[in-house]
Amino acid sequence: MSISEDAAAARSVRNAWALSAPALILLTLAAAGPLLIVLVYSFLSPGKYGNVEWVFSLDGWRSVLYTKDIFDDSLQLADAHLTIFWRSVKLSLLTTGITFLVGFPTAWFIATRPPRARALWLFLITIPFWTNLLIRTFAINEVIRNEGLFNTVMIKLGLFSEPLRIINTDAAVLMGMTYVYLPLMVLPLFAAIDRFDMRLLEAGYDLYASRWQVLRRIILPIVKPGIIAGSILVFVPSLGAYVTPRVLGGGKQMMIGNFIELQFGQGRNWPLGAALSMSLLIVVMVALLVYVRAAGKEGHGHG
Amino acid sequence: MTATENAIEARNTVKAFGQGTAAVRALDDVSVTIRKGEFFTLLGPSGCGKTTLLRLIAGFETPTSGQIWLDGQDITHLPPNKRPVNTVFQSYALFPHLTVAQNVGFALQMQGKPKAEVAQTAREMLALVKLEHLADRKITQMSGGQQQRVALARALAARPKVLLLDEPLSALDLKLRKEMQVELKRLQLETGITFVFVTHDQEEALTMSDRIGVMSNGKLQQIGSPRDIYTRPVNRFVASFIGETNFLPATLQGAAARLGSGDLVEVAGGEGRAGAVTVTVRPEQVRLVPPGEAGAMAATIRDWVYFGTDTHVHLTLADGAEVVARLQSNPTGEAGLSRGAPAGLRFAPGAAQVLGD
Repeated sequence: MSISEDAAAARSVRNAWALSAPALILLTLAAAGPLLIVLVYSFLSPGKYGNVEWVFSLDGWRSVLYTKDIFDDSLQLADAHLTIFWRSVKLSLLTTGITFLVGFPTAWFIATRPPRARALWLFLITIPFWTNLLIRTFAINEVIRNEGLFNTVMIKLGLFSEPLRIINTDAAVLMGMTYVYLPLMVLPLFAAIDRFDMRLLEAGYDLYASRWQVLRRIILPIVKPGIIAGSILVFVPSLGAYVTPRVLGGGKQMMIGNFIELQFGQGRNWPLGAALSMSLLIVVMVALLVYVRAAGKEGHGHG
Repeated sequence: MTATENAIEARNTVKAFGQGTAAVRALDDVSVTIRKGEFFTLLGPSGCGKTTLLRLIAGFETPTSGQIWLDGQDITHLPPNKRPVNTVFQSYALFPHLTVAQNVGFALQMQGKPKAEVAQTAREMLALVKLEHLADRKITQMSGGQQQRVALARALAARPKVLLLDEPLSALDLKLRKEMQVELKRLQLETGITFVFVTHDQEEALTMSDRIGVMSNGKLQQIGSPRDIYTRPVNRFVASFIGETNFLPATLQGAAARLGSGDLVEVAGGEGRAGAVTVTVRPEQVRLVPPGEAGAMAATIRDWVYFGTDTHVHLTLADGAEVVARLQSNPTGEAGLSRGAPAGLRFAPGAAQVLGD
């Protein structure tokens, strides 16, 4: 390599940095910055009227799992916190599972349409994104609440004698999250199925595979990258969901996101809120690592 | 005719795509019998219906009318995974997420065979196509020729009664294609399995097949041995699709035909016909003799093209009709050939053939 080529290479590297600088600065300030603040807050003491006092304390982190007995100061597992944690994980896993079961046939349907119709279907899938999440969630609320559309119609038709209580249950939260996150499952699945060579189906049938075996042995392993991507895109935001459990789960069916908000609001315990946020982050990261590692080991990456 | 001698029988099969007046008949009343242990080739240009017939036998399509019989059984409505028939696909359609050995063992695994047997058969099949050393490779790490062999091994692993091959060599380069032709023939003889081979390559068909079915426009034009098809084409399509040939308008006069030039030539295939016909004769059956020789046709040399092993000499007869003669090349030059010079022509005995429509 000549000197002028060296200089050109160096210049192109400098240019690349210069061009990506705005994004890098923004990411640093907007992602790493707040995260750092949250991390610092989690090791401080709560202020009287919210905010924090700059006194080092591990109480925030301890309170994630334990409560201090008000009489003898002994530590006990915080059942309420664990219940909320467990509900969050359970509902997120269920949401991921249901969006997969519903989203896979949808994605398959779209991927097997002629190219023009495909664009239309994909467009339709993205339409819900045009409306604010809060408004859509209230719309679901309007449908399923006791005096809502569904119950009114059912009672008028004489099918129900009294309204079916859906609102403020786990089922309502699940329904809302499935609705909200379904597109995030469908789109990566579609991308994977779109790349899938349909001729492999005939090869499978030709080699004595039943329809179920073709699905299980050929389609699913090959579109697995899409399944992994979709699952992550649904599971992670589900775990931190705030609006949906708030509007559809009422005050009682809290998820971890609502619980964190509570600490920054009425709870006036910012360090606990910060520690809970960091815990959530750690849980998600570990879960993702385990999931991706396991999925990668078993399968043989494709595409 | 006992049923057990026939591997495949297509009976009056029709396959129409589309509906109503827009329907296209990809197969138009095709009947063919393929014998057990035979290397049968379906030959024709693209869109002639040969692949459709293959897909009907495989079970990927159901005929609009007619039946498909396999080994004396009506399998017309049997799904592909219930037919003891396997396919080598044009695109190979190998499973990218499985290793070579897993691909080859797939059929047996689906049939629920024990693991040891699956592995054992996969090894044997890979040995048969000389790939045993690559058993654990990923499909994506294989060359085109190797993928071809894997596809063959995979389709043969379950010992199907009939192996269907859909233009399997078309993606290979010339040298590899020649090798695989020999390889395919060897595999067919070693396994004794009936091969139904689809191709548009006439040379491939002639060199490999026991019998050839020539197709065009959804119909079988002629079924016969390679020699039959080449030397006794029944119509203009078969004659021109397979090899090169001369067409000469003529009028039948008993066992002979009078050409437009006035020359009288002996022809085969004119029985029971009369009037205006077309006579065909292969260029290599045309002999050049000194002008004026007794019984030779008078012709004029127009041009010649050197092809290496042979030279194509273009001549015209007295009426201007063009005839091509294929002569073995002369190592020292085109001795005796000069443009515009008169020459004499003869057709080899039995070489001229009267065509159907």
